[in-house]
Amino acid sequence: MTTPTTPRSTGTRATRVIGIAAIVMSAWLTLFGLVLSPADVAQGDAVRIMYVHVPSVWLAYLAFIVTAICSVWVLVARGRVPGVDRVAGASAEIGVVFMAVTLVSGMLWGRITWGVYWQWDARLTTTALLFITYIGYLAVRGLDGSPEQRARRSAVVGVVAVAEIPLVHWSVRLWRSLHQEATVLDTDLDVDIDGLMLFTLFVGVIAFTLWFVWFVLHRARVMALAALVEERSLDEALAERAAEVPAGGQN
Amino acid sequence: MSTPPGVVATARMIAARDLRIEWRARVVMNQVIPFAAVTMVLFAFAVDDTGALGRLAPGLVWLTVMFSLLLCAQRAFAIESADGALEALRVAGVDPVGIFLGKAAALAVQLLALAAVMVLAALILYDLDPPAGGVVLLVTSAICATCALAATGTIYAGLAAGVSGRETLLPLLVVPVVSPVLIGATRAVEAALGTGGTAVADGWPWVGLLAVVAVASAVVGALTFGSAIRD
Repeated sequence: MTTPTTPRSTGTRATRVIGIAAIVMSAWLTLFGLVLSPADVAQGDAVRIMYVHVPSVWLAYLAFIVTAICSVWVLVARGRVPGVDRVAGASAEIGVVFMAVTLVSGMLWGRITWGVYWQWDARLTTTALLFITYIGYLAVRGLDGSPEQRARRSAVVGVVAVAEIPLVHWSVRLWRSLHQEATVLDTDLDVDIDGLMLFTLFVGVIAFTLWFVWFVLHRARVMALAALVEERSLDEALAERAAEVPAGGQN
Repeated sequence: MSTPPGVVATARMIAARDLRIEWRARVVMNQVIPFAAVTMVLFAFAVDDTGALGRLAPGLVWLTVMFSLLLCAQRAFAIESADGALEALRVAGVDPVGIFLGKAAALAVQLLALAAVMVLAALILYDLDPPAGGVVLLVTSAICATCALAATGTIYAGLAAGVSGRETLLPLLVVPVVSPVLIGATRAVEAALGTGGTAVADGWPWVGLLAVVAVASAVVGALTFGSAIRD
């Protein structure tokens, strides 16, 4: 039996190009976000938090959508697509990290702009619950069982989590509408965004999307290697034992 | 060879079996309901203000039901995995949709009984004075809410059945997903009991929300349950 050669790294020419592009875009984002773009009339320099916050929330939702699509794929294929399952898992891990960045940066911005860390707004509450849901998703991925079983189980959680988003958002909005008028968030949306600010946000979204692709490719390959190691270690241990026997005689 | 029973017949058999097991073992009645009742007493220690307790009563009732759901859902699959009953059902070719609907229905019946006891406990312990016209709203919202809770609980408890570490995993999975039920059921019961200063009629939109969540969870559960429990 020929064993497939193990790659020395998870990088390829494509990931290197994406990685360099992500670094360039990030440098560009830093330049535009911190130096070139103006401070906001109302929010002052706090508006610069948005250049991290908005791309993070975009990335997190993108990651969860990728996880959901891969989860449906896994369920349709009855768990027999390990590559798709790994992309679902890698994407969810990155989504959770950037959801945390979103929540923290949002709360810091809220403290400066609204005077409070938290508002019981539909978007904020949905985001927080979604964050917990995907922590649960990652916990399900860590359960023991065969790879196919694990893929199917986590795919079920991935599908339910996405079905949850509109229901949670709707219920929280209905709940808040009885208690208060339009929230600060809603009025903020009507504010005209300065052209340069919008462009900076756009640069941020591109940069973060490139990071997302780069992270997913590497993480999914690391997962594939981990699966390979797990599969191979037993075979190799047996082969080593078999090789030892003639050398050591019939002992 | 006789033809296998349809989904509804399977669901009815599974539900009847689960309820019969509960009737004989009395785990929900003798263990979960007393736990829920003492939780209602503990809320009174935590809040320590009869007026505030009255206003909070609907939320406290549904929080207690949600905690109990975690125990009941766990129990619903403990009886399956103890002697490999779920594997036996699958080997026998029983439709997983039927298993899901049956187990969810049995769980819903148990939760509904539990919710009824908790509402009664709240009426007595928290000194409530409900309007007469709220009974229909109360019963309808409780049915919708328990169905939604039962469906969600069944999906996740089935998924985690027989896996080590499920006791701590199940709450993490279930609680965020049932949050719309907690919001809807609390507001509907608030209107039905007249504790939130809202009219009974204000509670009906929440029943709509609860019904949508119940149907959505049942559909998602029916579609995915087979994948969740397969080895």
